[in-house]
Amino acid sequence: MSTENYYVPEQSRLPIFAAVSLFLLVMGASSTINNLGVEGSKSSYILYAGFASLIATLFFWFRKVVQEHLAGLDSAQLKKSYVYGMAWFIFSEVMFFAAFFGALFYVRSFAVPWLGGIGEKGSQIAAVDLWNGFEASWPLIATPDQNAAFAMADKSMAWPGWSNVLQWLPLWNTIVLLSSSVTVHIAHLGLKNGNRKKFNRWLGATVGLALIFVGLQAAEYYEAYAHYGLTLNSGIYGSTFFMLTGFHGFHVMMGGVMLSVMLCRSVFFNHFEDHDHFGFEAASWYWHFVDVVWVMLFLFVYIL
Amino acid sequence: MSAVIENHHDEHHHGPAKGLTRWLYTTNHKDIGTLYLWFSFAMFLIGGAMAMVIRAELFEPGMQIVEPEFYNQMITLHGLIMIFGGVMPAFVGLANWLVPMMIGAPDMALPRMNNLSFWILPFAFFVLLSSLFMEGGAPNFGWTFYAPLSTTYAPPSVTFFIFSVHIMGASSIMGAINVIVTIMNMRAPGITLMKMPLFVWSWLITAYLLIAVMPVLAGAVTMMLMDIHFGTSFFNAAGGGDPVLFQHIFWFFGHPEVYIMILPAFGIVSHIIETFARKPLFGYTSMVWAMLSIAILSFVVWAHHMFTVGMPLAAELFFMWATMLIAVPTGVKVFNWVTTMFKGSITYETPMLFACAFVVLFTIGGFSGLMLAIVPADFQYHDTYFVVAHFHYVLVPGAIFSIMAAVYYWIPKWTGNMYDERLGQLHFWLSFISVNVTFFPQHFIGLAGMPRRYPDYALQFADWNMVSTVGAFLFGVSQILFLFIVLKTVIGGKKATDQVWEGARGLEWTVASPAPYHTFSTPPKVD
Repeated sequence: MSTENYYVPEQSRLPIFAAVSLFLLVMGASSTINNLGVEGSKSSYILYAGFASLIATLFFWFRKVVQEHLAGLDSAQLKKSYVYGMAWFIFSEVMFFAAFFGALFYVRSFAVPWLGGIGEKGSQIAAVDLWNGFEASWPLIATPDQNAAFAMADKSMAWPGWSNVLQWLPLWNTIVLLSSSVTVHIAHLGLKNGNRKKFNRWLGATVGLALIFVGLQAAEYYEAYAHYGLTLNSGIYGSTFFMLTGFHGFHVMMGGVMLSVMLCRSVFFNHFEDHDHFGFEAASWYWHFVDVVWVMLFLFVYIL
Repeated sequence: MSAVIENHHDEHHHGPAKGLTRWLYTTNHKDIGTLYLWFSFAMFLIGGAMAMVIRAELFEPGMQIVEPEFYNQMITLHGLIMIFGGVMPAFVGLANWLVPMMIGAPDMALPRMNNLSFWILPFAFFVLLSSLFMEGGAPNFGWTFYAPLSTTYAPPSVTFFIFSVHIMGASSIMGAINVIVTIMNMRAPGITLMKMPLFVWSWLITAYLLIAVMPVLAGAVTMMLMDIHFGTSFFNAAGGGDPVLFQHIFWFFGHPEVYIMILPAFGIVSHIIETFARKPLFGYTSMVWAMLSIAILSFVVWAHHMFTVGMPLAAELFFMWATMLIAVPTGVKVFNWVTTMFKGSITYETPMLFACAFVVLFTIGGFSGLMLAIVPADFQYHDTYFVVAHFHYVLVPGAIFSIMAAVYYWIPKWTGNMYDERLGQLHFWLSFISVNVTFFPQHFIGLAGMPRRYPDYALQFADWNMVSTVGAFLFGVSQILFLFIVLKTVIGGKKATDQVWEGARGLEWTVASPAPYHTFSTPPKVD
């Protein structure tokens, strides 16, 4: 563990640009959301400006890191910093999802049964005589307060039974995403063995599968809104369903962008060596992580 | 680009850049540490000014100075600013300055990300403070922002609050990743994990806690955002959700968060007591294990903040016993410090005074915490001034005293100048007396039943509130003296030696005072 030649970059404009972009992004996002439905509001321009400058800053930042790598400035030790950094970043993402999964488990195990009068706590709540017609069930189709302005869902996304399983989109989504984890692994093996063609092909296939997944997810959301009446406004089932799958879908898109960047770097610039390709490895770790989260989603949001 | 690689045979090092760009573009851990420390001091003064508004209003019963709505905003912003703007950035600043020097590293592992972690903060707090001037005023729901106060009944500025918390969290997570990677990957050869200085250990554990819980906070505010603007029912029982769910998620973040604000203090105090008792720490290994146990336990005690919310009995018992278990490792630490001082050749310079006050007053805060951990007793104490007294005892003479101790202890190394010992001692005694005058009476009015977060109170609480306000203003004024002492030391003063303190041990005391802009471009030899 030698610290000799550890590359400490000189002054850089990138961080302050990133900080200003984030500032514009959050100012823009907050005022856009607060002005939703207000005629002639121009707040969204700040949001777009922040987003565009953040993307640009990230582009130049990563370009700089790649250039430094190509110039041979990074020692094995610096590479290790990137490896640890990515691993801990993924851990932070795990905890982000943990918050939403925790919410799901809490409402399913405690909040909904109690509202339905089950158990000691439930009987205390039932004694208040607030929403006495409410019966606890999951997926929760009818909300406790029927008079409030909730959009009632006719149907949930849950397991449809064996006879309809082939028309069930989540199953196809699972198959698509699990295979993409396999294809990205095959691509990795190709790269390690110095087979560039194999790497490009299988990585291309992975990006293709990512696109198919996002497309299917969009189709599922359309189905939910248009045919099932299941929306964000349908009570806690819709809330947890869209929050978990939506947040996951957003991460699939980010992972997809990462993998596409790696594909471009390989195809157009011939980056990566068979023994040295952490940029790609980091993206593939992220992709496997997104895949594992989906397996949890499939289990706890769709099946159980 | 090759110019940026240090030439190891060349004794001459690059100095800092000139002008403003030094601070905007810097990748130097010492510059970034300085930025963090000054930022946190600015926030400490702003948050402190808000505390003065609160105490001035509470000087007498009845409404005197501010409207109740504004009082609520002050309560909320005071808490948020002191926690996220005062204490946390101060510890990150200390980590930036000290961790690389203590482990013999040339800098933090990811220097550009380090700069970004800092520069997000001024923008985040600009967004938060700008909400004071928005329609409906600033957030007014307390720093714990319980739903539905923070959702259904929140002012429109809550959206700005949510996004500002998001980027503060991003800053903390990046900072924590940087600290962990630096400690895991950048130690000089020979510094094994169990040879690391305790401040480094405490920050390794703190960084782990930060990465584990800041995303959970982000999740909580995201659900709030969805509930407020996009029709979801996470915290709305009418739709099948539960406002108590918010409290569970919040405190799953919140309890480790309070240890994030005290673990680095444990590291600091251990170093200072060792130095001024001129004895090695009584039990290094037990200290490390005590910190680890506290960190692990912090994940299973969160619901002791919500005993009165109506949890099942089994849950209340579990969280009560788990909370009391924390007293064991904490006791290990306190006895460790006391036994380190036992039969030592102690001198009481300012850092040691603050460290001794820390041990005594933090222990008082810990004991009142034990009282609050007892479920039936908590039913009485919950949401009274007793709770306010408790957490101010662990945060002000706890966390903040440790930060001041650290500044006095290491400022000769940072600036090359000794601080004015006479003024430092004056600052200590003023702070020590006023902090007790401020917060000790709050135990009494809390036990007598005065609820927290109200701008007015019943007549029987008048006397102690008046005492508390007098103490608070004295404490506030004393910190202006602190600012003066720090500025005076930065400008000049008696030159510090390299070792600075007779009993000081560790790598940071082997380099020159002030520490050169780049230290340890080649790793030092450590046995």
